[in-house]
Amino acid sequence: MPRIDRIAEPWGTRTPYGPGETWPTRVDSYLADGLTEADVDRWVQSATILHSNGDALDIAVKDDRIVGVRGREVDRVNHGRLGPKDLFGWQANHSPDRLTKPLIRRKGKLVETDWDTAMDAVAGRCKELLEEQGPSAISFYTTGQLFLEEYYTLGLIAHGGIGTNHVDGNTRLCTATAAAALKETFACDGQPGSYTDIDHADVIALYGHNMAETQTVLWTRVLDRLAGPNPPKVICVDPRETPVARAATVHLAPRPGTNVMLMNALLHEIIANGWIDREYIAAHTVGFAELEKQTKGYTPEVAAEVCDVPAEQIREAARILGTAERLLSTVLQGFYQSHQASAAAVCVNNINVIRGKLGKPGCGILQMNGQPTAQNTREAGADGDLPAFRNWSNDSHIEELARIWNVEPMEIPHYAPPTHVMQMMRYAEEGTIRFMHVSATNPAVSLPELARVREILAQDRLFLVVQDIFLSETAQLADVVLPAATWGEKTGTFTNVDRTVHLSEKAVEPPGEARSDLDIFIDFAHRLGLKDKDGAPLVKWSDPEGAFEGWKECSRGRPCDYTGMSYDKLRGGSGIQWPCNDEHPDGTERIYEDGQFWAQPDYCESYGKDMITGAPVEEIEYKALNPTGKAVLKAAEYIGPHELPSEEYPFQLMTGRTLYHFHTRTKTGRAPQLNEAAPEVWVEMSASDAADRGFTEGDLLEVSTPRGRVRARLRISGIRPGALFLPFHYGYWDTDAGSEPKKKDDGRAANELTLTDWDPVSKQPIFKTAAAQVQRISASGGQPAPAPTTTGSAPVSGGVPPTTGGADAQVDELVGGRA
Amino acid sequence: MKLGMAIEELHRSENHLVTVLTSMSDKHKADHEVFYVTRDMAKWSREHVADLARVGRDFDVDLDPQVSEDPGMLASMKQRTSELIGRRPEPGLLLLADLRHLYREAAGTSVDWELLAQGAQGAKEKELLDIAERCHPESLRQARWANAHLKVTSPQVLAS
Repeated sequence: MPRIDRIAEPWGTRTPYGPGETWPTRVDSYLADGLTEADVDRWVQSATILHSNGDALDIAVKDDRIVGVRGREVDRVNHGRLGPKDLFGWQANHSPDRLTKPLIRRKGKLVETDWDTAMDAVAGRCKELLEEQGPSAISFYTTGQLFLEEYYTLGLIAHGGIGTNHVDGNTRLCTATAAAALKETFACDGQPGSYTDIDHADVIALYGHNMAETQTVLWTRVLDRLAGPNPPKVICVDPRETPVARAATVHLAPRPGTNVMLMNALLHEIIANGWIDREYIAAHTVGFAELEKQTKGYTPEVAAEVCDVPAEQIREAARILGTAERLLSTVLQGFYQSHQASAAAVCVNNINVIRGKLGKPGCGILQMNGQPTAQNTREAGADGDLPAFRNWSNDSHIEELARIWNVEPMEIPHYAPPTHVMQMMRYAEEGTIRFMHVSATNPAVSLPELARVREILAQDRLFLVVQDIFLSETAQLADVVLPAATWGEKTGTFTNVDRTVHLSEKAVEPPGEARSDLDIFIDFAHRLGLKDKDGAPLVKWSDPEGAFEGWKECSRGRPCDYTGMSYDKLRGGSGIQWPCNDEHPDGTERIYEDGQFWAQPDYCESYGKDMITGAPVEEIEYKALNPTGKAVLKAAEYIGPHELPSEEYPFQLMTGRTLYHFHTRTKTGRAPQLNEAAPEVWVEMSASDAADRGFTEGDLLEVSTPRGRVRARLRISGIRPGALFLPFHYGYWDTDAGSEPKKKDDGRAANELTLTDWDPVSKQPIFKTAAAQVQRISASGGQPAPAPTTTGSAPVSGGVPPTTGGADAQVDELVGGRA
Repeated sequence: MKLGMAIEELHRSENHLVTVLTSMSDKHKADHEVFYVTRDMAKWSREHVADLARVGRDFDVDLDPQVSEDPGMLASMKQRTSELIGRRPEPGLLLLADLRHLYREAAGTSVDWELLAQGAQGAKEKELLDIAERCHPESLRQARWANAHLKVTSPQVLAS
């Protein structure tokens, strides 16, 4: 079987194919310690969790230990392939520093305790505050990394039992704008695209989406199309020269914070040249006249000035987009985490809609997610939405939910949208939120302006509970730490960005006394004594399958309908796309066929918001605007970023990710192959900016903003002049300092520098436009930056040794599959 | 014709709205969304002031196209105060009062634009009507934001 170093070759071997053909299979597998398939005791079905792609895999188990993984050939998503994080990341499960016992703070120190003591402390403080202040004191901040069953149970406990409005997920940082953009255009969440659109598209446009690094297997699919006959054209919008940019027909690299200007110019060109489907617009949309009027002033010349992109390139990109037969558009953090996030993402929807490029093979939109189960956080109501895309401002939706939960409608807060995490932090800062339960996320590294976040989390008046698998930077600040089981140690389902649901089964026991998040939530509910209106326990299930069955009922008749699925049906074959019900028993590949949407006023999830202020549109206005539920074309004016470069802070700092790490490195930093590929933070700068300052590759720089400072070695990369890039993954758990920089000059986390500001529509924080300065601390001495050479951080100068994984990173690839 | 008077009155209201918005922004610097969104909305009122000054000349009204704003010193004092007291819950009530005030001011201004638009139609003043049709929705959006933000903020302030 051919073997290949998948650290050096993240996308593996090419299997070229042409338009309309089926993507060939290639089964990737990695077994540790020289084991072969013959040594494996059993294979347990699951899917990948260190990104959002949802690649199906089987976990290899030997002697009740996980020993490797193998891609599932039968699955529609990956056809057997896996990415580097999937191949190697599972090793973190075995880390000796996994949490195995609950911890409780005694005399200022976290000490080991038993579950009863820990849970009584958590439930006791929660009850105390409910009596003293009420539900406004209680908040939950969860993740995009648990399972559907866990989110649904958490949402039920928080919204239906405790009655607090303060529930959000770290999906706020990764995918809130995806949901917001879909709600603006289609009045409902749900992806109008399928991964198979890559098989058919003649143009693939990636907006702020470095797919090559964030969804490696999806990019492999694109690379295989590019290597085959009649390849698609690729449009890339990204200020960095990413692998996507290098493969692009046209690469637009706008100034950070100017996406809406660029998008309006593209829309202007497409409309002015008549590259639009007037019949589709008339039959299936509202708002075109306003869009045409609003984009009129945004000529390529105006945008060229503001974005610093040649007008000719804008015209060329518009021509390719405007004449595409089968157009697939995808969007991610370059738009979602930047200024005017939702407005920019909505512009992408507008291009597909006015060209009628929806609901047909090759014609789709993927407003991407960042995390594996982010879609479920959104669906199940654990992130500032209500379960099954119910509309918090539609009373009949609340009544229906109350019926399903058997509680009074008044018990479910719906006087305002659920509180987003940035506002929760604000309430905790002013002292009205006094209990915060954080599960499977690490705000002390991932939220903006860390000095402030640490100050809030460390307050004595805030009771902080952290449920995690490691003693993260956040856990170190907690009053109680609850040790959780992770992927491979518990059962549940999760859903990727193209609505494919996978079952992930328990392969091995969790370490020590660690328990599944679901068990912990249910225990918490029982200790609080949460009851429905007839006095029966509020949470009526005790295992994942019971929770899934409960969720199915909740999803009945809603867009994300799971009623046609079961654990048994998800076993053995491929993942299944929702909606899946009696009408579509095998799931649904494409939604919004024939211009039919879920936007009817009485059915839709959202009436929309003002694109600049974020103020919700009222029901009455929406009914007048869109009585029959068409797609809504929303226009937005460009407004400048809130923090602009100055003489003192001349650069625009963007934070971002690298192929080899996930989130705050809690797992990938503990997988040797991944850690060694990107062992330490670096900073990227363009060759011209470096030359102006006499900096060279590997120089130790200090990057600072009014909020803090970070030290990192310089990688001279293909980033646009005037911009800096810092990966956001690096924190302090693997430094001597532990949870924070101990001295002023040992800042390592990019979020020391970012500002507290968010998109008023999606409430997603802005990570791409902080004004920053740099100074050199010391020269490189010939040592290059510890940045990968295979990715967006590739050096533009020679002399940097290539990133490789060596003997430990050899992966089996079986092209054509195992049959 | 009293259109000149109406223009002058609106010019005064929009000027005042800029002050209300920027002062509110500075006072609530610790509330990040309030801080930024009020600043973004103040830009609209500044443009309205300039538009009104320009069109005012056709009606023999001499108006300043620039808004007279808070000196920087006062603004930074307000911002600093907000950061200092922003660790306490009491300023929440102040925010509600300020949102309520903004709502009333913006709603009043928006009615004034309605009146001006009606007057411009009656007098067949096309340019004036165009300006009113462009600016009126923005003052409505200012009022809607104030109202929406009151709805979001008030439960936590009042029930905690």
